Amino acid sequence: MAVPVLDVRGLAHAYPDGHQVLFGVDLHDHRGERVALLGPNGAGKTTLVLHLNGILTAGAGTVSVSGLPVVPEHLQEIRRRVGVVFQDPDDQLFMPTVWQDVAFGPANRGLRGGALEQRVVHALGLVGMAEYADRPPHHLSFGQRRRVAVATVLAMEPEILVLDEPSSNLDPASRRELADILRSLDVTVLMVTHDLPYALELCERSVILSDGQVVADGRTYDVLTDRELMRRHRLELPFGFDPARIPGIGNLPA
Amino acid sequence: MGAGHGHRLHFHGHSVVHRAPAHLKLAALLLFMLVVVATPREWVGAFVGYFLVVCGVVAVSGVPAGYLARRMLVETPFVVFALAIPFIAEGPRVEVLGIAVSEPGLLAAWGLLAKGTIGVLASLTLAATTEPQDVLVGLRRLRLPAALVQIMGFMIRYLDVVLAEMGRMLIAMRSRGCDPRSPRHWPVLARSLGALFIRSYERGERVHLAMLSRGYTGELPPLERPPHRQVA
Repeated sequence: MAVPVLDVRGLAHAYPDGHQVLFGVDLHDHRGERVALLGPNGAGKTTLVLHLNGILTAGAGTVSVSGLPVVPEHLQEIRRRVGVVFQDPDDQLFMPTVWQDVAFGPANRGLRGGALEQRVVHALGLVGMAEYADRPPHHLSFGQRRRVAVATVLAMEPEILVLDEPSSNLDPASRRELADILRSLDVTVLMVTHDLPYALELCERSVILSDGQVVADGRTYDVLTDRELMRRHRLELPFGFDPARIPGIGNLPA
Repeated sequence: MGAGHGHRLHFHGHSVVHRAPAHLKLAALLLFMLVVVATPREWVGAFVGYFLVVCGVVAVSGVPAGYLARRMLVETPFVVFALAIPFIAEGPRVEVLGIAVSEPGLLAAWGLLAKGTIGVLASLTLAATTEPQDVLVGLRRLRLPAALVQIMGFMIRYLDVVLAEMGRMLIAMRSRGCDPRSPRHWPVLARSLGALFIRSYERGERVHLAMLSRGYTGELPPLERPPHRQVA
C-alpha cells in the first residue's frame, strides 16, 4: 500500500509532571480517507492531535506525514502539511479581519500579493465565506467562525485536515452545512469527535482511543454497533439513534 | 475596511480630531502626557489648564461628555487606591473632616488623581476619535517595535471575547443571587476577575498554539490586502 498521509507508530507521551497520557498509539490515515478518532473525555485525543504537527514531541515512537518524520528540523513543512482546526474558533481566529486571518498561514510560507489574494479567496470560497473577507471575526456567528477556521487551514493546502470536535456548539443546520463542506473537500481528514452520528455520516473508518491506547480500528458502522466495545469505553449513541436502522447504511459515507 | 467595524471606545464622527492622522494624535497624546506627568503636583493651576485643554479637544471632536464620563469608570481602581493612600502613608498627620490622615499621602493622592484623570480622559478622547486599526497603523508608523504592535492588535481582537466571557461570569453570579455591584460582593468579583485572568492567559496559550500550527515563527507577515479586489 502507498505511504499513508498520517502514520503514527508506538507513540507515547508523558507530560512534564510525569502524568502519562499516551501509551504506544498506532494510527494511520491514507490519502483521501476520512477517519474519526473517538474516545471518552481524558482519553488523550487532544494530546495526540498536538503531536501530529509537532506542538508536542513524542516521548517514544514516531509520527510521520507523507513519509516526513515530525522532528524539529521539519516543523515548518510539517505544519503546512498538517492543518489543525482547533475546537474554539476564537482561539484560531486571531487577526482583525477574516481576510488577514486566512492569509496568515500562507503569508508565513512567503506568499504575497496576487497569489496570496487568490489563495485566500479560494479557501474562503470552499467554505462559502468569501463575502465575509473584510469582516472582523468576532462579528460572525459561531457557525461562520467555525467555517472560517476551517478556511484558515485550507489556505495552507494541507495534506491532512485535523479537526478537533468540528460539530461542537453548532446548531443542527450549521452542523449539516459543515458536513457538506467537509464532504466536498478533496482532502484527507482526521476528525476528533464525540458526535457519533457525525462520525458515521462522514467517516468510513473510526479509531477508538481509550486510556491512551487504540482499542478499536475498523469501519465506523462496525465500531458503533459493537455494543460491548462501546460500553467498555464510555461511548454511547444518542437517544433513539440506531445505526442499523438507517436505510442504505452499507453505502455510507457517500 | 468592511462594515460593522465599530468598537466600544470609538465614537463615530467626522470632526478635525477624527480626521487627523493617527500617528500625529498618538505623538501629541504622548507629549501631552509627558508634560502632565512631569509637572510638580503642587502646581494646581497647571493641572486645571491641562484639564481645560483636554476638554477643548473633546468639544471640538463632538464626542458627548456623557459618553466619555461613563468610560472614565475604568479609573475606579486607581481612585480607590488614591483614596487609600492618605490613610496608609506615613509622615505628619493633618485633620480632614475630623479624621487624621497623612499629609504627604494626601498630596500623593491628589497627584495620582489629577494626573490619572487627565491621562485617562486624554486617552479616551484618542480612542473615541480613532479606529483601533488606525491606532495600530499609527504606532507602526511611529516605529514602535513590531512585537508590541502585535500584542496590541491581539488585545483589540480579544477584548470582545474576554468581555463576553466576563459578561457570562457576571450573569452566572447574578443567577446565584450575588450582585457584582454591591461592595459586599466585591471579594467574589475580585476572585472571578482572577479566574478571568487565568482563563484569558490559557486562551493566550491556545492562540499561540494555533499560530504555531500555521507556521508562525515570531514575526507577523505583512497582511495588507492588495487593492485589486476579486470579491465585491
